[in-house]
Amino acid sequence: MEATITETPTVCYHCGEHCASDKIVADNKHFCCEGCRMVFRLLNQNGLCEYYDLNQSPGANQRLQARHDKFAFLEDATIRQKLISFEDDKQTHITFYLPQIHCSSCLYLLENLHKLDDGVISSRVNFTRREVSIVFDPRITTLRQTAELLNNIGYEPYISLHDLQHQPPQIKKRMIYQLGVAGFSFANIMLLSFPEYLGLEDAEKGLQQVFRTLNVILALPVFFFSAQPFFAAAWSGIKHRFLNIDAPIALAVLVTFVRSMYEVITGTGAGYFDSMSGIVFFMLLGRVLQDKTYQQLSFERDYTSYFPIAITVIKDGKQVPTSLPDIKPGDTLLIHSQELIPADGILTKGKAAVDYSFVTGESVPVQKEMGELLYAGGKQTTEAIEILVIKEVAQGYLTKLWLRDEFKSSPKDKTVSFVHLLSRWFTVIVFTIAGIAALYWGFTDSSKVWNVVTAVLIVACPCALLLSNSFTNGNVLRILGRNRFYLRGAQAIEDIANANSIVFDKTGTLTSTREQDVVYEGRSLPLALQQAVTALATQSNHPLSKAIAQYFNATSSLRVEGFREVAGRGVEGYVNAQMITLGSSQHVIGIPVKAHAGSSVLLAVDGEFYGSFIVKNHYRNCVPQLIQELGKHHRLSVLSGDNSAERPYLQHLMGDEALLLFRQQPEDKLNFIRQQQLKGQKVMMIGDGLNDAGALRQANVGIAITEDTNNFTPASDAILEAAQLPRLPLFIRLCIANKHIVLASFVLSILYNIIGIWFAVQGVLAPVIAAILMPASSLSIVLLTFGCTNLLAKRWKL
Amino acid sequence: MSVIIILIIASVSIAAFFLAAFCWSVKDKQYEDEFSPPLRMLFDDKPANDPDKQ
Repeated sequence: MEATITETPTVCYHCGEHCASDKIVADNKHFCCEGCRMVFRLLNQNGLCEYYDLNQSPGANQRLQARHDKFAFLEDATIRQKLISFEDDKQTHITFYLPQIHCSSCLYLLENLHKLDDGVISSRVNFTRREVSIVFDPRITTLRQTAELLNNIGYEPYISLHDLQHQPPQIKKRMIYQLGVAGFSFANIMLLSFPEYLGLEDAEKGLQQVFRTLNVILALPVFFFSAQPFFAAAWSGIKHRFLNIDAPIALAVLVTFVRSMYEVITGTGAGYFDSMSGIVFFMLLGRVLQDKTYQQLSFERDYTSYFPIAITVIKDGKQVPTSLPDIKPGDTLLIHSQELIPADGILTKGKAAVDYSFVTGESVPVQKEMGELLYAGGKQTTEAIEILVIKEVAQGYLTKLWLRDEFKSSPKDKTVSFVHLLSRWFTVIVFTIAGIAALYWGFTDSSKVWNVVTAVLIVACPCALLLSNSFTNGNVLRILGRNRFYLRGAQAIEDIANANSIVFDKTGTLTSTREQDVVYEGRSLPLALQQAVTALATQSNHPLSKAIAQYFNATSSLRVEGFREVAGRGVEGYVNAQMITLGSSQHVIGIPVKAHAGSSVLLAVDGEFYGSFIVKNHYRNCVPQLIQELGKHHRLSVLSGDNSAERPYLQHLMGDEALLLFRQQPEDKLNFIRQQQLKGQKVMMIGDGLNDAGALRQANVGIAITEDTNNFTPASDAILEAAQLPRLPLFIRLCIANKHIVLASFVLSILYNIIGIWFAVQGVLAPVIAAILMPASSLSIVLLTFGCTNLLAKRWKL
Repeated sequence: MSVIIILIIASVSIAAFFLAAFCWSVKDKQYEDEFSPPLRMLFDDKPANDPDKQ
């Protein structure tokens, strides 16, 4: 076969990838593989080709097809029962997570499933969650067939062990309702209070009573429903003997409500219902903005969302799909190609080449022979293997890390935001002022004491502090999210700002999993031989072969004959009548040689050893500058699971003061962080794989790096897209600025408080003054925080 | 002056109507997926249970 070189490369009509051959054609359209053509034919037959009109090449590549009985486990009654949300004789409701959903074509196709299968009654996509909810008729089709239908059109449902144990969390809507009610009441109370402020009372006594009564009615839902989050938070703080910021706010709301009710009932005044509902409304608004969640991301993923829901167990020579928690030590598992090893076990049949990239970040598969121990978490890449389970899934080497007792109670709760400490001081001062004023009036005019004390508490609640905090946090979260740095919550901003020690994982974090550096050592190769090696290496899909194929800038139109790939060992074939062998030392020269740094691939021509390629993970280009920037204010350390061969290079890269540790097991990483914390360091851990998961949780703030946010990331406080790593120092600066902005707006709010207290201690706080001060301070603080954060973001081009 | 009371009742009930509409829209999950609804209405397609299949 000759390689055709055309001006414009043919791209697949379905997935948009380059077509290696132009022989896969249907309807005058080219396809890269049989899988893509199959999907096209299926859609074409059912009149769904609008799929291709909406977007160009919208499909996902279908070269790797799922095994035909992959979804057999969906026939298991207990698994089925856990997955479906509703069932009766006529319909079954099921929601699948489809990570491939990305465009309007996906939406179109998935909502027209009923055209492909009569059994599907309806299907509806939730785009942000990447889910499709399907209602099907169990008399016509089954759960397995529905999953297989999705798989056949290129949307393989992702069903993990996580689905078996938890129901998807419902988004908290309660606060939205509370906000709506508070806004409604606030606006109407404002409106009804205006006549009073404009001096109505002398003219119309009857009307005044109507307005006041309406205000009371409108204020009731604010006090009893909308203000609930503040009362609940204050109460839980008091129960834990901790005075948080909600306590003085709850007190202020309570005092305002009681005093206003008293005034209206006794007919002595109009009360401060407008101020109260305004405070509650603005503070709820801040909370809602701050609690922004990224629905497409999960910060809670543990191994269960990564592990499959079921695996094939061989029992008495038969293959039985078994759900993962039911696997017992002593079972024999059949692991197909591209399947994950779910439990620690001993390889009993076949040769394993396990890709541990999710665990370690290392993308080159690890070779294992019969009788060797396989740890859970790796993906088998070559043939089907059998393993004998020695530990239950939950007892595995990696999974155990999650089930440590200290992680059961969230360790992050212990960190206390500076806002609470600030509010404590504030509360003490306010009580002192109220006390002094009470004493003074007690001696001069005791009838005013109640009046003055309540007025001070109403005016001086630290709601401005809470407002500035929640609005600034909310805006910073949004700015960072726009730059693809996603934080779990507002506390992470402060933790990032406070960190003084940064710990990196090496593989997958400092190095990229997508690029490799190749060095050739040995006899020099003439051009013809370079081309020959490239031609041979192109034939294989192994990551090392791919790296070598790109090493020489030679085009390979040469023909390879007698190509043979020994899985996990190497490749060989005749090019230009020369026998070329590439592979491990065992494969090429028959003796295992101790490995260099990185992976080495040996080259032999006609059985004669020529030299070796050393393939190393490529350090991200941004690393030197990133290290230089971060090193100014932080202690840096690197933890690597590899051997110390790269120490000199890495030390040069990281600077002399950086601490480098090699051969670190997941447990070692966690312990290292704990030791640092015992020394008083605030540790930020940056890692990517499952083996960093323990360290990410132990650290004061754990950041997971991912090449693509659709990928699996271990539980962490923040998720950062790898392409944005060079901007991390800027993100840290923004988090530090966040604190300064909160403090600045707090100072501003204190000015308003001083004015309010000036009136309050004299016993002349008219409702109209409170009604002007409150929205004025709230609005100016909101504007200040938004203005400052946006200005900084603009200046730093975030 | 009773006309003011009628006006106030009218204005509060209109506001209450909008509050109810807001609560309904939240409950109806209208804010959960902002991407698909505007596209969904653009797909000019046969109704879901069209017997005329190819």
